[in-house]
Amino acid sequence: MTGQHHTTRDATGAVPLRDRVLAFVRERWDLVALVVLAVAPLVVPALGGALGGQVTTLFIYCILALGLNVMVGYTGLVHLGIAAFFGIGAYLFAILTVPMYPFQMRFVTAAAVSVLATAGIGLALGAPTLRLRGDYLAIVTLGFGEVVKVTLRNLEQITGGMKGLNPVPPPGAGLTVGGINLGLAFAIDPRWFYYLALVTLAGVVVAMRRLEHSRLGRAWVAVREDELAASAMGISATRVKLSAFAMSSAVAGLAGCLYAASLSTTADPNAYDFNRSIMVLCAVILGGLGSIPGTLLGVALLVGFDTVLAPWADSAIQQWNINPSGSSLLSFSGWRLAIFGLALVLVMRYRPEGLVPSRRLAAELHEAHP
Amino acid sequence: MQFFLQQCLIGITNGALVALVALGYTMVYGIIRLINFAHGDLIMLGACLALSLVSAFGMGGGGMATTWLGVALLVVLCGLFCGGLNVVVDRIVYRPLRNAPKLAPLVSAIGVSFIFMNVGLFWLGPSDRSFPELLPATNLLAGEGLQFTAKDLLVLVVVVPLMLALSLLVKSTRLGKAMRAVSQDPAAAALVGIDVDRVIAFTFFVGGFLGGAASVIYGLYINTIGFQMGFQNGLYAFTAAVLGGIGSIPGAVVGGLVIGLVRSLSSAYVGERWTGAIVFAILIVILVFRPEGLLGRGTREKV
Repeated sequence: MTGQHHTTRDATGAVPLRDRVLAFVRERWDLVALVVLAVAPLVVPALGGALGGQVTTLFIYCILALGLNVMVGYTGLVHLGIAAFFGIGAYLFAILTVPMYPFQMRFVTAAAVSVLATAGIGLALGAPTLRLRGDYLAIVTLGFGEVVKVTLRNLEQITGGMKGLNPVPPPGAGLTVGGINLGLAFAIDPRWFYYLALVTLAGVVVAMRRLEHSRLGRAWVAVREDELAASAMGISATRVKLSAFAMSSAVAGLAGCLYAASLSTTADPNAYDFNRSIMVLCAVILGGLGSIPGTLLGVALLVGFDTVLAPWADSAIQQWNINPSGSSLLSFSGWRLAIFGLALVLVMRYRPEGLVPSRRLAAELHEAHP
Repeated sequence: MQFFLQQCLIGITNGALVALVALGYTMVYGIIRLINFAHGDLIMLGACLALSLVSAFGMGGGGMATTWLGVALLVVLCGLFCGGLNVVVDRIVYRPLRNAPKLAPLVSAIGVSFIFMNVGLFWLGPSDRSFPELLPATNLLAGEGLQFTAKDLLVLVVVVPLMLALSLLVKSTRLGKAMRAVSQDPAAAALVGIDVDRVIAFTFFVGGFLGGAASVIYGLYINTIGFQMGFQNGLYAFTAAVLGGIGSIPGAVVGGLVIGLVRSLSSAYVGERWTGAIVFAILIVILVFRPEGLLGRGTREKV
């Protein structure tokens, strides 16, 4: 991403300020975005209301998508059940914190335990299945997702069935720091969760970057590009894939913890179904497999479509009175599935590397296959 | 005992239907190694067409003979529709991706499935629709015991001849031979003068035709259709195809029957709401311990 921009110089040879700012934004988009997002709640009062909650959910989906990206993007394993791990994280976290269970752990402890346990479940599913061919593995993850959803729905004594588990207490419930009752603050002002999710997301992004260039991250990419060649170089493909599976599950579990905490309920099991998995996968593919900015952009686009563009277009259609009969054919949101489907087909056909590609993966995807 | 036999009978009829759908998965997978995610939704569209045709022509007024004739006509029309649609999708979406990495056609198939679902949503509306009961539910067997209705008969009457025709097609015709050749090695098949793209298109047509036939039977047998029916039914059928050994035609039939039996028996003895979990748990276990399925042959990864 860096080193590609060209700045224009004016007659005196100095780079104009505007270009310098643009160049800085291009190079350090992450820092700029972080500062903007960190300042926003102080400036935009709407973030203290429902909008704040929506943006928090957006951050949580970003974390989930970054987790999926480890498997699909870096390691090249198609995973169609990421929502199951999201759900497992959320439910474990809820079980460890809600009043109806005896554990009632602190936020950080409960989150750590559920993240580790989710990673363990990922390992348990991955260990026997990773030797399967790519498309079979995709089906195993899909089947696992369905099993988890059905189990969450049916084990009413443990999971609360369709009601879900609640109330999940906010972080720091009962703790007072500097005269602020933390639990109360989290419960009243959505901006607390906003910052919590933002900080977590930033942490995950930093961790992913470090991972990408670590020994393990390079091994993931090597296995994706050519498993046989990687094995010949002494990389244990099974262990590398397993670690990707565990890492994906752990990050998805972390997103689940935040989700349950920020909603103060696990919501019903349908929140963790195949559709959710596919939407997150769409986001990663659309944005750019194996690319952190791409993944974040993909999530923003998809969530933006559902929460901003579709309602806006629907109300515009109503305002201009294009659709007096109220036919679903003429409502914008009625076309949601077709638009997503078409986007997937077109991206795969014309730009399989996504909108903000990882350069390495783009080269791999455009390589002529015999 | 009586109850058990009845459940088995239901399971076999259901299983025959699953098998018909599974054939569509297995044939396409066998020839281009693509899990055709859109197959279940293709069948949903077939059911939409069947419902529209039945509502438009108001079948059910005539006698028994006209009803059966009408059903036969429906099977052919919906079969042609689904087969044709499958060919068009292959031409537009999958063919340009033949040499792309495996992820591309798989993700495209998910996209096509979304598009189909959206079409179905417009066609049927968001809620489930009931499919008219054209066939009487009177018991064809003598005595108080087992129930075997005209609906059950319909399933077998349509499925068995179709399967026989299919095995004849694949085993004894030139085209069938070409299909087997392409599935073994597309490059070598092209070298001996087989038009690979045409054979693939034909395979998509046959798979789609069977799916279209299945959609009519589904409507007449289950009597409820909805735009989301494709996903779950598709998954059951895919499970059946994997269970039998994906790429193997007799395997899909055996797998379908087993899945049908598992579904009816688990609904009867464990509870309907666990059926989905049980079927998918079986899928995972099969894939882990015997990925080549019951009748499939193991494939070695080529370097």
